[in-house]
Amino acid sequence: MADRITMRKWFWVWDFEKEEAWLNEMSLNGWALESVGFCTYNFVRCEPGEYTIRIEMRKYDQAYVDFVESTGAEFIDRMLLWIYFRKKTEKGPFDLFSDIDSRIGYLDRIGKFLMIVGGANLIIGLVNTGGRINLICATVLMYALGRIHGKKEALTKERQLRE
Amino acid sequence: MNNDLALTESTFYILLSLYRPCHGYGIMQQTEELSGGRIRLAAGTLYGALTNMCDKGWIIQLPADGSRKKEYQLTSRGLTVLKNEVERLRELVKNGDMILEGK
Repeated sequence: MADRITMRKWFWVWDFEKEEAWLNEMSLNGWALESVGFCTYNFVRCEPGEYTIRIEMRKYDQAYVDFVESTGAEFIDRMLLWIYFRKKTEKGPFDLFSDIDSRIGYLDRIGKFLMIVGGANLIIGLVNTGGRINLICATVLMYALGRIHGKKEALTKERQLRE
Repeated sequence: MNNDLALTESTFYILLSLYRPCHGYGIMQQTEELSGGRIRLAAGTLYGALTNMCDKGWIIQLPADGSRKKEYQLTSRGLTVLKNEVERLRELVKNGDMILEGK
């Protein structure tokens, strides 16, 4: 049986939780994420459920990656603005966010990024006559912004009563 | 910002853990232990909180001794914030007991 496999898969920005869930399912099936390319995921054989995978959209920051690693997790790879981490399941639970405030802050960061890239595409699309692609990109990014905003609203409502 | 605002549980336990110098992973362990396993600080949440608290002057990052793990410690301003919070929590418990337990 092969020791390594490569899978191609596309996830929309608002489906980052699905991407993470899929990577953890792969780990449960004995495939540990080894490296990431554009829409490409490379896996290597592992014990079923050996790792918990967490992904985060964040401007790459070595101090942050060092910090996460100092808590027992490992940096796997990064792709565009996404960072991939893993931690051995036997070392205990692994999460990147543990309270509502920091989850809201995280969704805000994703939203801000979508707004900048979406806004830039909108302007380029409106200024250039051949900018139809940019307008399509802007539409998708604005839709993504709406989805992220929806997730944030739900958390904000919860936060009014509890932490 | 209003100084009477309540601290979050994460903030409270992070400050409490930094009564003595401690690094990130140590804060996580202390918080989990003190709360009887109820609160598990996640790395991203803790990193963001530490950055914010340094900006506010509640804690400082101690000069690195060459190891990769950075240590933090409470400042006198942070200690005041923490003491005020304990006072506020005492009021909540007192009133809760008074109404519910008839004490």
